[in-house]
Amino acid sequence: MSRFEHLITQTQETVFTAEFPALDGNGMAKAQKAADRFRGWFDAVNSTDNTAAHAHASNVTTAIAIKQLGLEPIMQVVCRDKNRLAIQADIVGASMFGIENFCALTGDDVTAGDEPEARRVFDLDGPQLVQVMGSLKRGQYLSGRKLDPAPHMFIGAVENPGAPPFEYRVQRVAKKYGAGARFMQLQICYHQDRLEKFCAGVAAAGMKIALLPTIVLVKGARPLHFMHDKVPGIDIPADQISRVENAADPAEAAYLQTLEFAQHALAQPNVRGLHVTDFRGDDTLDRLMTDLGRTRKTEEDSHAHSA
Amino acid sequence: MPQFIASLEHVVKGPVWDCQMCGQCVLHSTGMTCPMTCPKTLRNGPCGGVREDGNCEVKPEMRCVWTKAYERTQDWPLPSSWKEEFNHLRPPVDNRLKGGSSWKNFFSKRDKWTPAGWANARSESDH
Repeated sequence: MSRFEHLITQTQETVFTAEFPALDGNGMAKAQKAADRFRGWFDAVNSTDNTAAHAHASNVTTAIAIKQLGLEPIMQVVCRDKNRLAIQADIVGASMFGIENFCALTGDDVTAGDEPEARRVFDLDGPQLVQVMGSLKRGQYLSGRKLDPAPHMFIGAVENPGAPPFEYRVQRVAKKYGAGARFMQLQICYHQDRLEKFCAGVAAAGMKIALLPTIVLVKGARPLHFMHDKVPGIDIPADQISRVENAADPAEAAYLQTLEFAQHALAQPNVRGLHVTDFRGDDTLDRLMTDLGRTRKTEEDSHAHSA
Repeated sequence: MPQFIASLEHVVKGPVWDCQMCGQCVLHSTGMTCPMTCPKTLRNGPCGGVREDGNCEVKPEMRCVWTKAYERTQDWPLPSSWKEEFNHLRPPVDNRLKGGSSWKNFFSKRDKWTPAGWANARSESDH
């Protein structure tokens, strides 16, 4: 069992995950720097899979790099770029290197990226991918061919509580939960009322699934405008943007906004922690974690836990 | 004969539902909205990219197929058994059936076939 799975399924601890930066080859220096920044604060970090439909070092290799650097990876798998054979091959291959946490996503469309002329695959959709992961976990490829021994897997998925049709989003969680997902990283949601209703809906349905809403550290209003205008499925209310834009100190206002959203998200039912995306790259990451009551863990803490 | 049935099916379903001839029709369970017209061909609900106005991430001028499917399932007087199927997990498309008649595959039950790994997972989760 991965440490991340242990924390979610066997404890009541608040769990923090982070988005590992996309890598583009050229040695391990960038990965090393990111790992040092995250080490001790986060229980697991996501290796992304051609994030925002841009090609990068693969999800599998990034997950292995994260593991080699002493952090625990969550390997994202998107449906956009590969068919069911290639996806199964990636997961089984990653499991050879001790990768155990997997997160299934539909994925942004190719038109959101810098190669919009590419063929989109979507041989599986998100819920189907969760089910395929479940089959691998039970020791079978989708065909039924045996995998012996079965890989250790902790399966999760992603949902967007802030995009329509809102009521239907909970039903989609239920579908993924039924297929075997036990944690759900949520898309950033700047509408607190939508997040509240979503979490309450998941709780009311009695699902034993850990929700990890995303919060984003930004330096000012410009990235908020960018997300609102350019990122599919993200809507940011005008008053949330203007409160940063019109502040005397926009960087400070942006930080306080993130902290407020983090605290609000943590208070919702079924929320077991947060997923942090850091676009600032400054000392507010440490500040945020401290303000949320987190103590940076040392190597010994981690060993004591796994013992 | 099979080609004749497929052609007939396309003539009927093409203009009404923009039928893509996947050969394994699930229209009844998706509010009479063809999921194969979703640019990502998603058969199990909307992606996270649906726009604030309920339109498609890829084609901003088009209403999201799944927004429509959800609304129609709520609002249209469809048989309750069809509505119940809305939240079922639909299996991956069998690409061998593309271009053929789903009517024929429905009556022969060919469209119910799923690979063993899928079928086993379903029977376990049903218990």
